[in-house]
Amino acid sequence: MMLADIAVGDTVTVEHVGGPRAFRRRLMELGLLPGTRVRLVGVAPLGDPLELLVRGASLSIRRAEAESIRIVQVAQGTMPDSSPAASPARAS
Amino acid sequence: MTESAGEHAGARPAAATPPKLAARQRVVLVGNPNVGKSTLFNALTGQRARVGNYPGVTVELREGQARLGPELEVEVVDVPGSYSLSARSAEEQIALDCVLGLASQPAPELVVLVVDAGQLIRNLYLALQLVELRVPLVIALNMIDEVTDAPPSPSAISQLLGVPCVSTNARKREGLVPLREAMASALGVTPSGALALRYPKALIEDADRVAEGLPDSWRRNVERDRALGLWALGSLEPDDELEHIPQGLRDRCLRAHEQAGDRDLDREIIATRYAFLDAHAAELYEGAQPAGEKRASSERVDRVLLHPVFGFVIFLAVMLVLFQTLFSWADPLISLVEATFGGLSRMVEGALPDGLLRDFLVEGLIGGVGNVVVFLPQILLLFLFIGLLEDTGYMARVAYLMDRIMRSLGLHGRAFVPMLSGFACAVPAILATRTMERWRDRLLTMLVIPLMTCSARLPVYTLIIAALFPPATVLGVLPVQGLLMVAMYLFSVLVALVSAAVIGRTVVKGRQVPLILELPPYRLPNPLAVLRMMWERSWLFLREAGTVILAATVVLWVLLSFPKLPESGPASAPTATAEHAEEDGAARRARQLEHSYAGRVGHAIEPALEPLGFDWKIGVGIIGAFAAREVFISTMGLVYGIGEVDDDDPQSLRDKIRSEKRDDGTPAYTPLAGLSLMIFFALACQCMSTLAVVKRETRGYRWPAFLFAYMTGIAYLASLLVFQLGRAMGF
Repeated sequence: MMLADIAVGDTVTVEHVGGPRAFRRRLMELGLLPGTRVRLVGVAPLGDPLELLVRGASLSIRRAEAESIRIVQVAQGTMPDSSPAASPARAS
Repeated sequence: MTESAGEHAGARPAAATPPKLAARQRVVLVGNPNVGKSTLFNALTGQRARVGNYPGVTVELREGQARLGPELEVEVVDVPGSYSLSARSAEEQIALDCVLGLASQPAPELVVLVVDAGQLIRNLYLALQLVELRVPLVIALNMIDEVTDAPPSPSAISQLLGVPCVSTNARKREGLVPLREAMASALGVTPSGALALRYPKALIEDADRVAEGLPDSWRRNVERDRALGLWALGSLEPDDELEHIPQGLRDRCLRAHEQAGDRDLDREIIATRYAFLDAHAAELYEGAQPAGEKRASSERVDRVLLHPVFGFVIFLAVMLVLFQTLFSWADPLISLVEATFGGLSRMVEGALPDGLLRDFLVEGLIGGVGNVVVFLPQILLLFLFIGLLEDTGYMARVAYLMDRIMRSLGLHGRAFVPMLSGFACAVPAILATRTMERWRDRLLTMLVIPLMTCSARLPVYTLIIAALFPPATVLGVLPVQGLLMVAMYLFSVLVALVSAAVIGRTVVKGRQVPLILELPPYRLPNPLAVLRMMWERSWLFLREAGTVILAATVVLWVLLSFPKLPESGPASAPTATAEHAEEDGAARRARQLEHSYAGRVGHAIEPALEPLGFDWKIGVGIIGAFAAREVFISTMGLVYGIGEVDDDDPQSLRDKIRSEKRDDGTPAYTPLAGLSLMIFFALACQCMSTLAVVKRETRGYRWPAFLFAYMTGIAYLASLLVFQLGRAMGF
């Protein structure tokens, strides 16, 4: 499943960051790494870009790039950040 | 006694001052964007800052002096905010150059890393890079006031990284004394750098192999070379835009990545650093759980400001206020400037005898300074707005909201505010492109802003429409004149957008970079920082663009005034009947203008202008309009010998244009010629101030020359097309 496919409010764990090298490098440097928990906070009014919550910061990326980030679903719907801080789920 | 020695040094004779200036130590301020770095810079340096330029790229470095002790004054350099030292563009490389003293930069005696206490782990990523590189380092744990529930511990950070760490609140000027002390004692002290980072063995071998390709001047010792090797592995690509990178180093990185097979070197480097920080996160907070209050309240605000409906309504309202401010509310201030300089001109005119000196002072010098100062109201107001938008965090939301639209044109989301400002005036709008980080985004925006219908075009349109188009209606309700005005606006937007798309794909190609935008938490703006930015921007404009505008005004004055007519012109003697003395003066000024260089150029280019429906008089008007587009009106007034014409209500000129006949008795100006002229004014780069500002922002004549050529080129072609097609269709 890809990051672009999840619904607003879903919390997921990143499995693999794809895309152009400069992009994935910068995203990882901002703390969005395999194993990191990400919540889709919202989508811009025109449908793009997306707003993500990563390590307590709001990051925005476009849908096209979110297509290249593989994730596993952790929780659906609006979940508070204080969800159990489990180690990165590797189940598919 | 010794303590006050430095304080009084300035009052002593120059010979007695110790030659400390040359040896002043250098401190570089780095940090992520939005961590209060500039505020801390201001707090450290007080009022003594100047804006310099990084050689080569158009990135500004702010520099100032900070007093760390009674005898210790250091040079502080504020580097543009960056998340990491890895780089692929020339802009991103600056942080590395300044930190390590590469390229033309001197090596700093100290680096101060400003950290947002509410974003600790991500901010410390940069700290790890700096410690690995063995840079003398002090960490300022800033915005400590925003994390009262679970503040990270400076001493724990200091212990973990082996560098001093001080908590600060730059905005309230808290923690500055301990920070200055920590800076003073850390100057030139290399950290031990023994971090327990567990890079995979293979990665370290890769880094060491790459390090063998480092230029000798970069090398120090094994650890630092290895850290630089890691930097190169994580930064260099076949198509990056970095400069001064030896080919050997590049090749080694490329080979390392090729031979890595399944291993992802970037991920190995970054994940190792984050694993280290995550493993120690709990001890940095001394067990407390950060609740993220700031984040939660920002999210609530965003629920409204980024709402699909209300979000856009509020966005439009904010932009409307911005537009209204520049377009209308700046007017009284602009009038005040104009009145002041007008008054000054009249004073000089009254005080000096008729002659060359008086003309030069009034029309060249005072007019020129007026031409510069008249931009200040809009520049100040625009930067007031931009400062507020940036400081509150709303500017990032503007980019977020507009990204979808702006991206399709090849423009950055942040280009929206400068483009909108272009409707008021291109000069402040071009200065506002500074809000974009990438040079390519800035350049592209600069090149299309001058196409927006600025307020100086309005008097020209009004004159032409009122003179040549009937006050009739279409379909019984829509007024022709109003429709034309709206059409000119739409036309300019359309051309600007098409030009952006075309220029962005050809002249300033550059790759489209995937968007990664941080939406910082909302904060109250810092009035002092906003005022300071307004002041710095205005001063830079006055100093660098202002001098060019002043010089161009003088040149234009020469073109329009010389050579002088002989004292008694041949036409004046026989035909002079009982005309009023004043009319005679106006007629003489018209003949003088025709006799001038500008008049001659107007005549010379008449064959080129005729296919557009213009005569030499309009040619002179176009030359005069370089000072500012609305000057077209007063120049035309002079050409026609009407004398002084009021820009705002040029009744006499309107009548003259309507009644002007050619030699064969047909009207000189048809509505078609008027349309052609308006299109020419919409597209041509008839503004020396715009060119001066582009020259200043791009540091050279290349881009202003391109701007002038392409705009005037399409203006000529479009007017030609309209006039010739219109004539063929019988208008």
